[in-house]
Amino acid sequence: MTPILQIKNITKRYGGLTAVNDVSFDVNKGEILSVIGPNGAGKSTLFKLISSFVPATSGEVLFNGTRISSLAPHKVAQMGVVRTFQETTIFRSMTVRENIIVSHHLRSKASLFGFFIGTKQAKEDEAAFAASADNIVDFLGLQAIRNELASNLPQGHLRALGMAIGLATDPKVILLDEPFAGMNHDETMKMVNLVRRLRDERGVTVLLVEHDMPAVMKISDRIVCINFGQKIAEGTPKEIRENDKVIEAYLGSEDAAIGM
Amino acid sequence: MNAKKLMGFAAFLLVVFVFVPMFISATGRWDFYYTLTSVALLSVGAAGVWLTFYIGRINIGQGAYALVGGYVSTILVTQAGVSFWLTLPLAGLFCAFISVLIGFPILRLRGVYFAMVTLVLTEVARLSALALPITNGAKGITSIPQPGELSLFGLTIIPAFGSLSNPRVGFYVMAVVLMIITYLVLWRIVNSRLGHLCRSLQQNEELSASIGVNTAYLRLLAYAISSFFGGIAGAMFASIAQSIYPSSFVVADSVNFMLYCFLGGLGYVFGPMLGTLLLYFGWDLLSIAKEYQLLIYSGVMILLMLVLPNGVLSLLDKKESRA
Ligand SMILES: Nc1ncnc2c1ncn2[C@@H]1O[C@H](COP(=O)(O)OP(=O)(O)OP(=O)(O)O)[C@@H](O)[C@H]1O
Ligand SMILES: [Mg+2]
Repeated sequence: MTPILQIKNITKRYGGLTAVNDVSFDVNKGEILSVIGPNGAGKSTLFKLISSFVPATSGEVLFNGTRISSLAPHKVAQMGVVRTFQETTIFRSMTVRENIIVSHHLRSKASLFGFFIGTKQAKEDEAAFAASADNIVDFLGLQAIRNELASNLPQGHLRALGMAIGLATDPKVILLDEPFAGMNHDETMKMVNLVRRLRDERGVTVLLVEHDMPAVMKISDRIVCINFGQKIAEGTPKEIRENDKVIEAYLGSEDAAIGM
Repeated sequence: MNAKKLMGFAAFLLVVFVFVPMFISATGRWDFYYTLTSVALLSVGAAGVWLTFYIGRINIGQGAYALVGGYVSTILVTQAGVSFWLTLPLAGLFCAFISVLIGFPILRLRGVYFAMVTLVLTEVARLSALALPITNGAKGITSIPQPGELSLFGLTIIPAFGSLSNPRVGFYVMAVVLMIITYLVLWRIVNSRLGHLCRSLQQNEELSASIGVNTAYLRLLAYAISSFFGGIAGAMFASIAQSIYPSSFVVADSVNFMLYCFLGGLGYVFGPMLGTLLLYFGWDLLSIAKEYQLLIYSGVMILLMLVLPNGVLSLLDKKESRA
């Protein structure tokens, strides 16, 4: 079976700085794979490359064997590879529910003109989006804040909303950039659970970047570690924990509190 | 909720088609017809500008499309003998078409950069009208025939304007009908998925792309609709004035279109309509202040923007949340 995602020798240079340097790895279907590395290692850039938000300097990304690295970002999302953002990224002046409903765009069967004149298909679509949005609200436990304006939400809820927006697109692969950032222990454990259920119940393949090592160790099937843009290790949590290069990378950085 | 909207719509129709004519014949202020016709048509152009605001772009170039629309209609009427009623949508479509060509490169720009480029567009349109042979240069095109009869399957829908005893009323009705159609379309856009996607674009373009929205296409679409409105407004203006010159729409007009939107409120579909009415009428009424007209006008504008940064219609919101 071909891996769902293949990252092949991908490189990104910003002027003289090589943010991602010749990184290759595969992601298998139904896997939870974490990308770790010290600050500035190139993790977010790697995600931007996979979702085609920035063009690669060289190398390519294949999704189910098809090259996606030169497509427009919305095309990549259309194919089912969807990213969430490291910065909390939501539609500020919409409610939680509106945020999720609008993000169902890819599931539209009616055309924009169909929506404009209000065809039967358009009405069916809207009803389906509303139902699915409620479903996602329940899944993420956002019932109490469903009608809150997104700009009024605290950090933890914003993260969840960011994930809800990603889920609304019905992704096959979801890229979560620091989904546990700004969360306390309980919130993190809840989120870890949700990410698992995402994979188990919805069959979504999950790629995540995270600094919270206990959470990463707990949730990941495999881990890829990068440092200064280069992949330095790849393996199971146990293998990564015992990898000398990884330990060195973390001890050599400010980020020493790896908590392994 | 829907019954309430229908009532509001009926009340609006009553005002524009019954009360206003009654008021005008009672007071003998026939010039108000001309003023209100202008308001209606300017608000059609402003509706377009508002839609570009809705995707997060400051559009100070609507005058260009109004000018182009005016010339397209005029030239088709005077040189090809096409019925004005046909030239009206054609002028809109032509503007939509060139706005796609122009928008393709410039809609990538954001904030003041986009605004500055659109500001230049009006000047480019004016200079082109001066230079091109088909527009007859600075002399413009005058003595444009009034709109003829519009009939469908032998049924007269709109009589020829030349045959009307009072074409001023005819123009007023025509302009108001056009305005109503425009705002119904705009209202529908905003309340359908198209509008929801525009909002997503306004609030976060990157996120919008990440949920699979073809942001470049959507921006072009909104800008083309916007320019369509500008084009038909300009076409009807030219027809009513029976003349068009390179200076019929200048940079100041483009700026005004934008101000109408600001004043009425960027968050309200009917904001630009109200904004146009207040600003245009306000300016007219202030003519009694003679040399202080501009001073008072600007002062009031600044004050309004400070007190009501979200537009005049935000007054309604406040009342609602207090209740
Ligand atoms: N648009 C850009 N232009 C120039 N340099 C950039 C750009 N984006 C990222 N970089 C640089 O590339 C490197 C990798 O950045 P990246 O955001 O991918 O790191 P990261 O691993 O996600 O870090 P963090 O853990 O802090 O989020 C950094 O040195 C950063 O300064
Ligand atoms: Mg990052």
